[in-house]
Amino acid sequence: MNKYIIITVAIIGLILTILPSILVFTGQMDMSTHKLWMTVGTILWFLTAPSWLKEKPKI
Amino acid sequence: MFEKLSARLEQVQEFENTPVPPSRWKNNWSFVGMYAGEHTAGTEFVIGPLFVAHGVSAGALIWGLLLGNILAMLSWAFLCAPIAVKERITLYYKLEQICGKNLTILYNLVNALMFCFLAGSMIAVSATAVGIPFGLPMANLSDWLPNSFMWIIIVIVVGLITTLVAMLGYDTISRFAGYAAPWMPLVFIAAAIAVLPELGVTSLGNFWDIAQSKIWTGVPLEGQSKFTFWHVLFFAWFCNMAMHIGMSDLSILRYAKSWKAGFGSISGMFIGHYFAWLASGILYALFLQSNQGSLEFAPGPIAYYAAGVAGAACVIIAGWTTANPTIYRAGLAVQAVMPKARTWKVTLIVGIVTTLAACFPALVMRLLDFVALYGLILMPMGAIIFIDVWLFPRLGLRSNLAAMANLNWNWAAALTWFITLASCLALNFIGGIEIFFLGLPGWFIAVILYLGLNYVYQPKLLSTTSTLSS
Repeated sequence: MNKYIIITVAIIGLILTILPSILVFTGQMDMSTHKLWMTVGTILWFLTAPSWLKEKPKI
Repeated sequence: MFEKLSARLEQVQEFENTPVPPSRWKNNWSFVGMYAGEHTAGTEFVIGPLFVAHGVSAGALIWGLLLGNILAMLSWAFLCAPIAVKERITLYYKLEQICGKNLTILYNLVNALMFCFLAGSMIAVSATAVGIPFGLPMANLSDWLPNSFMWIIIVIVVGLITTLVAMLGYDTISRFAGYAAPWMPLVFIAAAIAVLPELGVTSLGNFWDIAQSKIWTGVPLEGQSKFTFWHVLFFAWFCNMAMHIGMSDLSILRYAKSWKAGFGSISGMFIGHYFAWLASGILYALFLQSNQGSLEFAPGPIAYYAAGVAGAACVIIAGWTTANPTIYRAGLAVQAVMPKARTWKVTLIVGIVTTLAACFPALVMRLLDFVALYGLILMPMGAIIFIDVWLFPRLGLRSNLAAMANLNWNWAAALTWFITLASCLALNFIGGIEIFFLGLPGWFIAVILYLGLNYVYQPKLLSTTSTLSS
C-alpha cells in the first residue's frame, strides 16, 4: 500500500513539474504560480524518488 | 574511512581485464534509460544557447539536429556496439592489447585532461545558479578570464564540494543522478513552454514564425561566428565522438546482450540533445529579447527566470551530476599512471585542477569548440580499434599487436594518432576547415595510416620478435 502511495506522489510530482507550464502557455496560470507549483512538484519528486527508484550506482 | 571507501570503489571495477560473463549482461532496454539520463546534463544548458548565439536559423537547427543525432545513434549502433559485444572488455584493456601499456597511459592522461576541462565547465555552469542569491555578475560570451572575485569564490566552493563528494560519496551522487534523470528533461521542457508566450507564441500555429524571427534568427551575436546546417549536423554527430567512434562506450556496451543496444542511444540523442537543446535555446532567446545587446551568458539566471527554484536547482544538479562522475573517471585515468597512489588522493588532485580550470569562463563560452576538440583528439584510437578488429584478420595482419608481441608502445598506433591529429591541424590552419568537421576526414586518415604503417611495421616486428612466429 505504502509503495503505491509513494509511486502516486512521485508521479504527481512529475506532473506538477510540467503541467503548470502548459497552463501558462494557454493563459490559465501566471508565471509566479507556475514557479511555485514546479517547486512543489520538485520537492514531491525528490522526497519519493529514492523509495521508488532503487538504482545501483553506475560508473 | 578512506581505505574502506577505496576498497568499496575497487569492488565497482569489475571485469577490468576480463570479458564480462553472460550472467552480467543487461537487457538492451536498460541502455535506453541509461543514455537518456547521461545525455540530459549540464552541457545541454550551454549548447542550446550557444547555437542561438552563433546565429543558427530555425530550419538549419531542426534538420541539422535531426540528422546529426541519427548519425550519432548509428555510430553507437554500428561502430561501437558490435565491437563491445564481440570483445566484452573495457576500452582501456582493448587499447593495451593493441597499443601497449605506455601508449595507453598517454591516452589515459590526455583523456583525464579532457575530463578535467569538461568537469570544470560543468562546475562553472552550476556556479551561475549558486551565484543568483549573491547577485553574482555573470560572464560575457567573449570572456576568457574571471570577471570578479565573487565568481572565483563561488566556483571554488562548488568545485571543492563536487570534489569532496567524488572522493567520499560517489555512490550517493551517482544514485542521486538516477533520481534526477526523469525530472530533469521535464524542467527543460517546462521552462521553455512557460516562456513561449513572452516571445509571442500564442498557439502552436505561430510557433514556427516566432522560431524564425525571434529565437533562431540566423543572425549571430556580436563577435560570434555564424553556424550553418552543416555546423549543427556535424556537432550533433561528433559531440560524443569520443564515446561512439572513439569507442569509449565499449566500457558501457560490453554489458549489452546484443549490439542492438547501441540503438538505445536514441533516447539520449532525442531527449537530451534534441529537445533539451531546443528548450535551452528558447530560454536564451527570451533573455536576449529582454536584454537587447547583452553578451552576458549564464544558464543559472535564465533557468531561474523561467522555472524559479526548480530551474535553478536543475542547473545546479545538472552541472553537479555531470562533473562528479567526470572527476571520478579522470581520477581513474590518472591513477593508471600512479597505480600505488590512493584513489581519494588522485581524485583530490584532479578535483583541484578541475576547480582551477572552472574559474575561467572560457570553458563555458567555448564549450562547442572544446567538445569538438575532445572528440577529435580521441577519435584516432577508435579508428585503430575498428580496423584492428574487423579489417586486420581479413587482410592477413595481426590484431592486438602489443599483446602478441609484448610491446609497451605500438609505434604504428602512436604515429597514426599523432599524424592524424597533425593532419587535422593542417586541414584547419591551411585548408580552413573548422574543427567541427575534422572528425570525418580525420577518421579516414587514421584508418589509412594505421593500415599502411602496419604493412611496414608488422613484418619488421615479425623478423625480430619470435613471439610473432605462427
